[in-house]
Amino acid sequence: MKQPIYLDYNATTPTDPRVVEAMLPFFTEIYGNAASRNHSFGWTAEEGVSKARNIIGEAIGATGKEIVFTSGATESDNMAVLGVAEFYHEKGKHIITSPIEHKAVVDPCQALEQKGYEITFLDVDEHGRIDLKQLEASIREDTVLVSLMAGNNEIGTLNPLTEIGQMTRERGVLFHCDATQGVGKIPIDVEAMNIDLLSMTAHKIYGPKGIGALYVRRKKPRVRITPIMFGGGHERGFRSGTLNVPGIVGFGKAIELAMEEISSEAERQIGLRQHLYKRLTDELDYVFLNGHPTERLPNNLNLSFGYVEGESLMMGISEIAVSSGSACTSASLEPSYVLRSMGVGDDLAHSSVRFGFGRYTTMEEVNYAADKVIGAVKRLREMSPLYEMVQEGVDLSKVTWTSH
Amino acid sequence: MAYSDKVIDHYNEPRNVGSFDKNDDAVGTGLVGAPECGDVMKLQIKVENDQIVDAKFKTFGCGSAIASSSLATEWVKGKSIDEAMSIQNTEIVEELSLPPVKIHCSVLAEDAIKAAISDYKSRNNSETAEG
Ligand SMILES: Cc1ncc(COP(=O)(O)O)c(C=O)c1O
Ligand code: FES
Repeated sequence: MKQPIYLDYNATTPTDPRVVEAMLPFFTEIYGNAASRNHSFGWTAEEGVSKARNIIGEAIGATGKEIVFTSGATESDNMAVLGVAEFYHEKGKHIITSPIEHKAVVDPCQALEQKGYEITFLDVDEHGRIDLKQLEASIREDTVLVSLMAGNNEIGTLNPLTEIGQMTRERGVLFHCDATQGVGKIPIDVEAMNIDLLSMTAHKIYGPKGIGALYVRRKKPRVRITPIMFGGGHERGFRSGTLNVPGIVGFGKAIELAMEEISSEAERQIGLRQHLYKRLTDELDYVFLNGHPTERLPNNLNLSFGYVEGESLMMGISEIAVSSGSACTSASLEPSYVLRSMGVGDDLAHSSVRFGFGRYTTMEEVNYAADKVIGAVKRLREMSPLYEMVQEGVDLSKVTWTSH
Repeated sequence: MAYSDKVIDHYNEPRNVGSFDKNDDAVGTGLVGAPECGDVMKLQIKVENDQIVDAKFKTFGCGSAIASSSLATEWVKGKSIDEAMSIQNTEIVEELSLPPVKIHCSVLAEDAIKAAISDYKSRNNSETAEG
């Protein structure tokens, strides 16, 4: 077994060698500018792009014509939120989203707030789920966009996309979905789900970094956005800039491979996830699941290990790559805003660890990780004044702490 | 975050982990920090004739917090109470090569030493007052 073991697939994934292979000719042989219309270098590059475009469109139930290539999901999210807000500002200046969206959605929304737009951040429950009734009640005459993600990158919770899409369509409001964590992992169909704009990125599905796409619906309704990038008028004017041809080809190959085994991989990874969860909860006390027990991404497990601080735990399992919502791992010294919004106490947010499984994760690796985590948590609890107090029957909420 | 060798060493082999009986009059207990802040330190000293003869700690916090408190117990041992009072967090920062974001971990360790000493003093002073 190779070490360190990578269990951070929600952050990014390695590029599949088959993807690399598909990309290589587009660096050295088929290097034309896909926008060059008058020679074969351009045509063959454009052929590669066009093929990838169609595969990507099909994977989400759309057509290739509705795919706009970007530098990744961050750009796609910005483009969707800012582009819709700007284009439809005469219709209204109200946007609905949730506090646990990726910063690539939350931050542009807050930037719009500064410019006089009104943003409704829906409440999320303790599992990170929105309330459809609250969504319905929040839609107004001047609402132009509802932006809600497919699956949350930290806690894995899925949104009820079909129900959201039905509601937004009935009320004539556009629905943007950041499906960065969902595409290629859970079924997504922009038709069945009435999604109007959808963000995705290649590097979460074994494609290269720095390439993504925004799906922009062409009919029923035809969605318009004001571009945030101006220039040569590429991508139907939505996003200027010479196309990243090798990246696009790699993105296409990556999504093709992911779709081939979408259901068997989901099942396998859920198996790994359940196994890890069972081992950790069988062998340790005070382990809390963050996110929804069943409505979650197949490849995400987020746990809080009570009375153990997340960064120190990660240090104790340095042969395993995971991530933590602890403030001590972030420069801002603020614990995860996602966990906070769900009402997870700051003490447990500091104790959270995210495990992400992927294509190359094996049961042997999961068992190894379980052994290491169990060992480290036990060792750190021996050192934890909080664990000691709890064992002595002290109610930690009644202690007067000297916070600094 | 890259850790210094000394932080890793204290993390892997923390010195003086454990607890004394906090009701023992020779013991001073300092409990500082808060679970919501992600760091809680308990540092205890055992005093004989104004000399700290032993020290123990338990810490909930990052690796640097664990290392800072482990180092603090090493440093206070064998010192007089007055000497221990003068330990500065900057000395801990220097010894462990802590980066700026981890300075508060060393501040906490300094606070823990002071809190332990003040606990020891208050319980012994009130003893004499009552006595
Ligand atoms: C839900 C979600 N949205 C957006 C992004 C940003 O994607 P990218 O790295 O392609 O900009 C990520 C990944 O970090 C994500 O998980
Ligand atoms: S305890 Fe949080 S950074 Fe050290």
